[in-house]
Amino acid sequence: MVLPERESPVGKKVSFFVTCIMDMIYPDTGMSVVEILEYLGVVVDFPETQTCCGQPGFNSGYRDEAKQVATQFLRAFKDAEVIVTASGSCGAMVRHEYPALFADDPQWSAAANRAAAITWDLTEFIVDGLGITDLKLRLPQPKTFAFHDACHGLRLLKLGGAARTLVNHIENATVMELKDCDVCCGFGGLFSVKMAEVSNAMLTKKIEQINACPAETIITGDVSCLTQMNGGLSRQKSAKRVVHVADVLAEGLKGKRDGDSIK
Amino acid sequence: MEIQSNNFVSLSAIAIRNSEMQKAVSKGTRNGYDKRLAAMFAYGEEHGEAMRQQAAEAKRRALRQLPELLEMAEANMQANGIHVLWALDADEANRQVMDIIKRHEVKRVAKGKSMATEEIGLNHVLETNGIDVVETDLGEYIIQLNHEPPSHIVAPVIHKTKEEIRDIFIEKLNMPPTDDAAEMVAFARKKLRDIFLSADLGVSGGNFIIAETGTLCLVENEANGRMCTTMPRVHVAVVGIEKMVENFEDYATLTQVLPRSSTGQHMTVYTSMINGPKRPGDADGPEHVYVILLDNGRSDIYATKYAEALACIRCGACQNACPVYRSTGGHAYGWVYGGPIGAVLTPLFVGLDKAKPLPQASSLCGSCKQVCPVDIDLPRMLLDLRHDTIQQGLGDTLWNLGIKSWAWGNSSPRLFEMGGMAARLGQGVIGQNLPAPLGEWTKFRDFPSFAPKSFRQLWRERQKAQAQS
Repeated sequence: MVLPERESPVGKKVSFFVTCIMDMIYPDTGMSVVEILEYLGVVVDFPETQTCCGQPGFNSGYRDEAKQVATQFLRAFKDAEVIVTASGSCGAMVRHEYPALFADDPQWSAAANRAAAITWDLTEFIVDGLGITDLKLRLPQPKTFAFHDACHGLRLLKLGGAARTLVNHIENATVMELKDCDVCCGFGGLFSVKMAEVSNAMLTKKIEQINACPAETIITGDVSCLTQMNGGLSRQKSAKRVVHVADVLAEGLKGKRDGDSIK
Repeated sequence: MEIQSNNFVSLSAIAIRNSEMQKAVSKGTRNGYDKRLAAMFAYGEEHGEAMRQQAAEAKRRALRQLPELLEMAEANMQANGIHVLWALDADEANRQVMDIIKRHEVKRVAKGKSMATEEIGLNHVLETNGIDVVETDLGEYIIQLNHEPPSHIVAPVIHKTKEEIRDIFIEKLNMPPTDDAAEMVAFARKKLRDIFLSADLGVSGGNFIIAETGTLCLVENEANGRMCTTMPRVHVAVVGIEKMVENFEDYATLTQVLPRSSTGQHMTVYTSMINGPKRPGDADGPEHVYVILLDNGRSDIYATKYAEALACIRCGACQNACPVYRSTGGHAYGWVYGGPIGAVLTPLFVGLDKAKPLPQASSLCGSCKQVCPVDIDLPRMLLDLRHDTIQQGLGDTLWNLGIKSWAWGNSSPRLFEMGGMAARLGQGVIGQNLPAPLGEWTKFRDFPSFAPKSFRQLWRERQKAQAQS
């Protein structure tokens, strides 16, 4: 399946899709996304009737129920010029699955195709959409990071190195390698419940690599994978934690020297 | 083979606790994965990807014209002096092999590696009929000694450590104790040599059949396939009907991606192209060659949206790449094929009701599609099979209800927000452990706290403050 072509988002208003998990569990990360976008001079809007993208239903085979929820997404974002989200699998649901999910639905298929074509992940929006690789950020204190590539961002959205590019340019941030950074953490949505033990076996391997990694902090771009990894790290009493890339970028705003400006 | 696929969850739990198996599978799959990467992209990523796409197209073109290619292959094989038989199912294929055995008064059968014969349970049928059948691929030989099925498409004994294999040889064959792998191989090699010399009939599978020339193609590394197909008087190949390729050029493409994807070799040590029985003046070769074209459910799959699964060239790359397979090994999947391709093929071959957990046995990470040399969209098929599960009324009642209420709660922003508040309150009451059926999650991980204020609450407050200032 080929991802739909996109137009340049430069100069357009951005509607932020926070996703259900970020809304309820990581609202501060949501605020980090807003701060970064506004720092770039982007006008941000939050359609308040948004709920979930429908992925839990879709991935479990419940397509009617997934459509029911996805329809609410399409209603909420019907006037959006550009949709930005900061969770790879939710973005992939919209960009990768919506067109086929609504293909036989004359009422919603145009809206679904449009949503797929105007949705961006935060990091690719900045790097590929706006063409910015250096945000002129600086961390208040030096820190070491390594990336875990969340699967759907990597393989469905083809996010590639956008997040690495942005963090590499932050002053005081050192990026190291996490071994097997492109291997799944074992979350997989309801897979982690239905096959909890297999999911945990996958998580255990991921945690071994995180613990062995010299970097203090692991960065990822998907809050569900982050929840899985931090849930395991916490249970296994590891001091390491996984953070969302938006929070690292927002922290970089704090250490900025006067005069460093992107605009 | 008894189908155990509905027991995936309990079988995988046993596998996860088997530390020897974990060690062996982890080492074997990583080795295969790394070697594939090196071989596939030896001439750069663009070249490797181009090979993949070319191979994918060759197999799809062959599938599109499968009925014609099968007839062409039959005619050309017959012209080459090969007897061609058609088997609708496992019973018919096994009967055909037994008929050949009786016709040629066969006592001992030497077998090369073949997944198709695993599928039809040929060894069991032969043994029941008093025929001495010996697997001659080293890995298959070991598990036959230990009465186990293969756990990987190309590395059947991937689930055993060297030490376990040593113990099997000592126990079953009185091998003089040694920890030296080379000595162990030499010991097995000598045993197998006697089999090749005394077998009346050799059985093989088939990696490809070139329709335009009627050529049966085999790749292998141990020469056991070469010997099975040249030393005994009679050679029988059991080949799935999806193994057709149109022409020599397509074969050239596919025979490059197969070893690269499975063992990380640019070419296997032995590449056989069999055009028929021994001709007058030939120094060796069998007097009779039979090719059994096996359907066994393939035409049914061909007629569905899952037809692309028939493009599989059985390289095992998806198994090596799959983090689920890496954790469970192949036996947990409960039938012939494990890993992502097994999670797709098993329900298609044996019925979704007999393999219900398999489409769920994936985090949908997409590694399988990424490494597949013919670009089969396995995650898409797993999603479609999950959808079929619900459509066929095979969904669990608890999940049916749970998803219905999730959809209801997410269809309206007001209900969504109330749900969020309820979750926050609920967590205050019951603590960090999630309730059933989500409680499985908190068996192994700590669930984070819901934030005191949701993003939308923070956003509203911010909007209000900005409006006031």
